[in-house]
Amino acid sequence: MASSRFPYAPAPESRAIVNLRPSYGLFIDGQFVDPRDGGHFKTESPSSQEVLAEVSTAGAADVDRAVQAARRAYEQVWGPMPGKERAKYIFRVARIIQERARELAVLESLDNGKPIKESRDVDVPLAAAHFFYHAGWADKLAYAGLGPTPRPLGVAGQVIPWNFPLLMAAWKLAPALATGNTCVLKPAETTPLSALLLAEILQQAELPPGVVNIVTGAGETGAALVAHPGVDKVAFTGSTEVGKQIQRALAGTVKRLTLELGGKAANIVFDDAPLSQAVEGIVNGIFFNQGHVCCAGSRLLVQEPVAEGVIEALQRRLETLRLGDPLDKNTDIGAINSPQQLEKIRDLAESGEAEGAQRWSPACRLPERGYWFPPTLFTGVVPAQRIAREEIFGPVLSVLTFRTPEEAVEKANNTTYGLSAGVWTEKGSRILHMASRLRAGVVWANTFNRFDPSSPFGGYRESGFGREGGRQGLASYLEGYADA
Amino acid sequence: MPDGPEPRLAVNKTYKLYLGGAFPRSESGRSYVVSSHEGRSLANAALASRKDLRDAVVAARKAVPGWSGATAYLRGQILYRAAEMLEGRQAQFVEDLVLGEGLTRHAASATVGLTVDRLVWYAGWSDKLAQVAGSANPVAGPYFDFSIPEPTGVVGVLAPQASSLLGLVSVVAPVITTGNTAVVVASEDRPLPAVDFAEVLATSDLPGGVVNILTGRAAELSPVLAAHRDVDALDLAGAPPELAIQLEEAAADNVKRVLRRRQPEPDWPEPDWPEPDWTVEPTPARMLSFVEIKTVWHPVGV
Amino acid sequence: MSARLTQKVAVVDRELQSDEGGGVQQRAGSDLADLARSETSLRRFLHGLPGVDQVGAEARAASLATRSIKTTAKLWAIDAAISMIDLTTLEGADTAGKVLSLCGKAVRPDPADPTVPPVAAVCVYPDLVPVAKASLGHGPVKVASVATAFPSGRAALAVKLADVADAVASGADEVDMVIDRGAFLSGHYGLVLEEVRAVKEACGQAHLKVILETGELATYDNVRRASWIAMIGGADFIKTSTGKVSPAATLPVALVMLEAVRDFADASGNIVGVKVAGGIRTTKDAIRYLVVVNEVAGDTWLEPDRFRIGASSLLNDLLMQRSKQRLGAYAGSQDFSIE
Repeated sequence: MASSRFPYAPAPESRAIVNLRPSYGLFIDGQFVDPRDGGHFKTESPSSQEVLAEVSTAGAADVDRAVQAARRAYEQVWGPMPGKERAKYIFRVARIIQERARELAVLESLDNGKPIKESRDVDVPLAAAHFFYHAGWADKLAYAGLGPTPRPLGVAGQVIPWNFPLLMAAWKLAPALATGNTCVLKPAETTPLSALLLAEILQQAELPPGVVNIVTGAGETGAALVAHPGVDKVAFTGSTEVGKQIQRALAGTVKRLTLELGGKAANIVFDDAPLSQAVEGIVNGIFFNQGHVCCAGSRLLVQEPVAEGVIEALQRRLETLRLGDPLDKNTDIGAINSPQQLEKIRDLAESGEAEGAQRWSPACRLPERGYWFPPTLFTGVVPAQRIAREEIFGPVLSVLTFRTPEEAVEKANNTTYGLSAGVWTEKGSRILHMASRLRAGVVWANTFNRFDPSSPFGGYRESGFGREGGRQGLASYLEGYADA
Repeated sequence: MPDGPEPRLAVNKTYKLYLGGAFPRSESGRSYVVSSHEGRSLANAALASRKDLRDAVVAARKAVPGWSGATAYLRGQILYRAAEMLEGRQAQFVEDLVLGEGLTRHAASATVGLTVDRLVWYAGWSDKLAQVAGSANPVAGPYFDFSIPEPTGVVGVLAPQASSLLGLVSVVAPVITTGNTAVVVASEDRPLPAVDFAEVLATSDLPGGVVNILTGRAAELSPVLAAHRDVDALDLAGAPPELAIQLEEAAADNVKRVLRRRQPEPDWPEPDWPEPDWTVEPTPARMLSFVEIKTVWHPVGV
Repeated sequence: MSARLTQKVAVVDRELQSDEGGGVQQRAGSDLADLARSETSLRRFLHGLPGVDQVGAEARAASLATRSIKTTAKLWAIDAAISMIDLTTLEGADTAGKVLSLCGKAVRPDPADPTVPPVAAVCVYPDLVPVAKASLGHGPVKVASVATAFPSGRAALAVKLADVADAVASGADEVDMVIDRGAFLSGHYGLVLEEVRAVKEACGQAHLKVILETGELATYDNVRRASWIAMIGGADFIKTSTGKVSPAATLPVALVMLEAVRDFADASGNIVGVKVAGGIRTTKDAIRYLVVVNEVAGDTWLEPDRFRIGASSLLNDLLMQRSKQRLGAYAGSQDFSIE
């Protein structure tokens, strides 16, 4: 992948700024504490398999402690607190994230495997922005369109995934806190560290104890949290399969639920697209964050007249992608987050070949240690193949073709998911036509993978329900109207 | 000359299903006896089968593109027409409520009047919800970013068991004014107003399939509706209490948006929740339960 | 992209050939030349090129600007950048003395360090070409002359051609012309093309750089179209700016032009170079351009025959960075000669 005349020398970001502790406790009631009935587990760097730290598992008793702490904080401190005071705590958190941005970014890349360029330029700034945006809502909820006196729900149990660990924590905590709820957050098993550093930041911001509690652990900890009767609201981001389990588990309770699940987004390129930018959008759509993105543009639907040219341009562009050490500032593609995920990706990629699609990757040297998968293109994909229907959650793009706008809509909507979609065309009326017909919660037209705290994000159908971000996202954490 | 008309034999109405804009009998050929509030037999109503329900979902799905794609103005006009039709047929519905719910004539009259008003209220929402629920979002970059509410698709509605007209309309109107289509399971014991209401809809230029009304056993029909993967959302207003949990679980199979019954007060034990007071003026909450917020981004540049 | 363009070119060519009753010509080079036969076919071709989304193009350029070029890569880039400089003086107050001083610097950028490569060329007004030529002779540094009523281009064609002829006769190795932006913006693409061809002919053996003056073209779509006109007209290089108008060179503009030369190479087999000029003052800027060349067009373009940087104060900043990389300490402001 490197050019022969101008090979970029290694440009590593220093790890020195991160103070990794050998062992981390649970963050409950404002303190780091040892687990009572959980244990410990190790978290490793997926790019080197180096063990980074030992982390606590929260058992049922620990989850209970955390929920009780959140309940006390809700009833005694956070619930009665005027919105404008809550706002100032949340603004503080935003500012400290900005101050400690580099530290957070390095830690995120170490624990998750994503390139430092992304954690530095996308994850951390967006996380700070989420806290900043939502802080401002805390004393303006009467104007949020949910009635004159919307009320918080109480204690929110929040379970987040490993693909954007810090950002997902921000997406959950910021709106919940701004609307007056208290939180118990369960980070993903393979990526607990940035949440634990966030806990330190919350301490620095002097957030009252119990307002946010962080219980690390694996699936069992999450299940215990979701099932706990002291939780009033469950927010989950993760796989569709687990999302459905949670929805079933909450049946008959009064717990409110929002789900942000998987996707198989179509990125639709018309023959009058701004082709160079479309290629960038396609690449960004599926290879950003190694494709570990629920809204990844994992299906390219390209109009037949330009299919060959687009694929050629894509291949040429993929040759310039740099795969390697996540802490190297020039790395574009980092490590796959875990051996389990790598196995899933490999399995689906093999099915692609077995079912008749043509597979291509640029020449790519994979490091010896760590979990890696080269950016991969499948052409000649048809809707019946697994790689056209199932979420791969890796750097694998399936390329299909279409002839007319109707066919593009039909193929794009032919999925049980509905999280996002992309459209590339220079014709204004067609942009709006496609945007209105695509059954997806986010439509990116002539762009892709853009996020903003003021912009609501969420899915149709089996990609989940509820929105995060924007005025509409507040509804997930409030009792607004009395009749629903 | 004698007072009043000569005695004559009444031509009794056959109460059928309302499906795809037509009034078919149940494909099962079954019916069941509907009794008045005092226990007197009133009529036979069609006893819908799971096949009828399947057909209703097909009809509702087929009606989605046309109804969701209609202008909000048109939808509003059609709902307003339904209000006009209902107004004109008040007497029939007053009779339905006196017999079916045991209301006094005065109370029944007030209820029908309120139902008309409720339709008018929802008619006026069709072209306004987007302005209330939508937004242009000030993103931190050179993009035009807007959010709009879109109908979710096919909504399965378990109509309230007790309030057979006002409650029925209060759950159906928000579904259709937002551009969704509905498969409605009417009150099991008090289905007649629902069938009469279907006639109101049928004479209001409402396209066939937008509302489908099935009469029959809630326990038989609701699990099928809840589990149906081509239904996008579920309103549990009239769900049999002992089935509520099972229905929600079944709904999870395709991640339906579920509108639960509302707990009257905290800690009020399930499942004996009374129905909400349908006379209270609603809020946009029901409509918002059945829309999806879609957000669109586009670069701003030369 | 290349397949689509070749298809497009073949279609247009078929249209043109129809009245001759012949089959479709296979050689891509003459296909492109035939586009020039009519204003209409040229317009259709240019307007049929894919558009450029401003936000997307600028985002890609900004992303490329985050590349971290350190140590050995930085040293290579600095030397490469030096060897790609067209050391320029285009002032009304230029004199023989000024030009001589510039030529000395061009050949020996750092008097104290003979390992520093010479620049690619010196760029002056036509009447000072003889001075430059006398100083540089047939050495490694070329003499480039602006011409065609630089910088505005607002003069009769005959006058502009005479300007070129004069520069060439005086010994210029390279001619930097300006396109007629008035003609372009009023849609007379054929006229623009004709002028490029005429100047190319007048250049004889001299290499032609065609200045698009991208700041006046205002949109990236126009930059793409103007690039194609210049290349079809026979340009050896397409150049961003005269340096007299702001904005001059920018990374996104360079990106669009580098895509154009890449696509043109795919379609025709001919490699046209790119020169960025105006506003490039620091080593950091220069290296960013090299990264864009590397990742957009490819490293085929990473040499002085295919990529140039028109600059004056940039050279000393490159020298300062070069000496810092090698010696570890920052140089003083008087450690290097002025131009």
